[in-house]
Amino acid sequence: MKETIVEIDHISYRYEREQVLEDIHLSIPKGAYLAIVGPNGSGKSTLIKLLLSLLKPQQGRILLFGEEIEKFKDWQKVGYVSQKANSFNSGFPATVYEVVASGLTKKLGLFRFLKKEDKQKIMEAVASVDMLPFLNRNIGELSGGQQQRIFIARALVSNPELLILDEPTVGVDAKNVKNFYDMLENLNKKWGITLLLVTHDISAISDKVTHVACLNKHLHFHGESKEYELFKNDEMSFVYGHDIHLLTHDHDHHHGGTNQ
Amino acid sequence: MIAGLLEYEFLQNAFLTGLLIGLVAPLIGVFIVVRRLSLIADALSHVTLAGIAASLFLAKKWSLFAGLNPLYLGMAFSVMGSLFIEKLRSVYKHYQELAIPIILSGGIGLGVIFISLADGFNTDLFSYLFGSVSAVSRIDLIIIFIISFLVILLIFLLYKELFLLSFDEEHAKASGIAAKSVHFIFILMVALVIAASMRIVGILLVSSLMTLPVAASIRIAKGFKQTIFYSILFGELSVLGGLMISYYLDLAPGGTIVMIAVAILIVTIMFKKWNIVRAKSN
Ligand SMILES: Nc1ncnc2c1ncn2[C@@H]1O[C@H](COP(=O)(O)OP(=O)(O)O)[C@@H](O)[C@H]1O
Ligand SMILES: [Mg+2]
Repeated sequence: MKETIVEIDHISYRYEREQVLEDIHLSIPKGAYLAIVGPNGSGKSTLIKLLLSLLKPQQGRILLFGEEIEKFKDWQKVGYVSQKANSFNSGFPATVYEVVASGLTKKLGLFRFLKKEDKQKIMEAVASVDMLPFLNRNIGELSGGQQQRIFIARALVSNPELLILDEPTVGVDAKNVKNFYDMLENLNKKWGITLLLVTHDISAISDKVTHVACLNKHLHFHGESKEYELFKNDEMSFVYGHDIHLLTHDHDHHHGGTNQ
Repeated sequence: MIAGLLEYEFLQNAFLTGLLIGLVAPLIGVFIVVRRLSLIADALSHVTLAGIAASLFLAKKWSLFAGLNPLYLGMAFSVMGSLFIEKLRSVYKHYQELAIPIILSGGIGLGVIFISLADGFNTDLFSYLFGSVSAVSRIDLIIIFIISFLVILLIFLLYKELFLLSFDEEHAKASGIAAKSVHFIFILMVALVIAASMRIVGILLVSSLMTLPVAASIRIAKGFKQTIFYSILFGELSVLGGLMISYYLDLAPGGTIVMIAVAILIVTIMFKKWNIVRAKSN
């Protein structure tokens, strides 16, 4: 059996007022490319924050690389690309090089400075997302899609074994979205990096991922993407509406439909 | 002024103190500005005022405190104020900016009470409000030297962590670094630099020495290290130029320093515009 990288064991989470996740059970084998799909507000980002130990679950437990998350220390093994709009100030005066270098902060440790081989790693990470010509540009001077590539390079620079991306293509124009997904596929296939991709648009990647999880407070489906094709046709409409694509727009309409 | 520098100790004190704060205020200011915390500097400077007023009041009422350097209580208040701001920011998670007017008005209120208890303004207090060259003592210089040394050392050692925290707080936390401790150290440094800077520029103008050089630097710098470099350069230009001009023309040093910083800011804005126009016409 393949090594399990992430084990989410019957997790429940609630914010002050609202139960957001209920009894989620999910595991990610090494080398998988898992897509977590679900409408806005379905708890996808919350689940990611639990995985990154930014939030603590009220029930259940999480194992990362076989270790209880509270005891887990090897955070450099986990790369994270967040929903961009939330967390970064686009006027920030930092070059691409400096931003990618910041991905080594944890790996280097306190009171340590960049060495020659670290600089090499930074160049390689920037090259792997095809952004070398922009190395000395300020991050704010790049387009949304280019910025997102830089954030991937920042996550890759510490050689993570697991890369978590929360809706990375929001704000990236359609033409570049395809390139972006090709690049992710490459990371998974060529470098063997386990990928966890959160998205509300699965149609763009359904033929690329190996596993799919459908989330809407509960976990409605979790399995390999081939099985998901079958599941999609009958039960998917229960979670989303007729087409996963339409789900956010179709929600109300859909509820009206099933009541009849 | 060169001759005066050799001759008068007070000029040496002022000059060296200016050199130090021209460096540390913009240095810490870079992190304050990019983290959008500029107003915290304002709030803390008013808390420092309360500390200084308290110290002057104590000195007036009890001879025991007469020799106490007001900087100590000013620093203590500033540090306590910074801790209080952090507490408020965690209580009002969704209204974090509320912490600033609360602390600011609290600081002014307390300051005014102490001033009135000490029977109103005197020249000492005035020199803290607007800064002064002649009032800087050797002890002040030594305290400010120690603070500056500490701040530079900490920023050097924690540079990676401070950069990550400033650029992307969520990512800093997710990456497993001790983000809370680093932030805490940062806030303490801010409080100390504010207390140190006010001797020269005055409480009312401290925050401008932390933000104006940075605002100018951001216009022209490429990258973060360059932003720090230009901020310090502009800070030193403002402080040393301001001290010189105020000495010869007998102006308030704090105001002169800040006006030079404003002038530098205007020049960088024009420089950028001029560059854009030139690029277009080519
Ligand atoms: N910090 C928070 N405090 C309270 N409620 C929150 C918070 N963050 C998210 N929520 C709520 O939790 C639910 C799930 O949010 P989220 O995990 O961000 O969903 P998704 O990423 O799938 O869009 C939403 O209803 C949202 O309003
Ligand atoms: Mg989300």
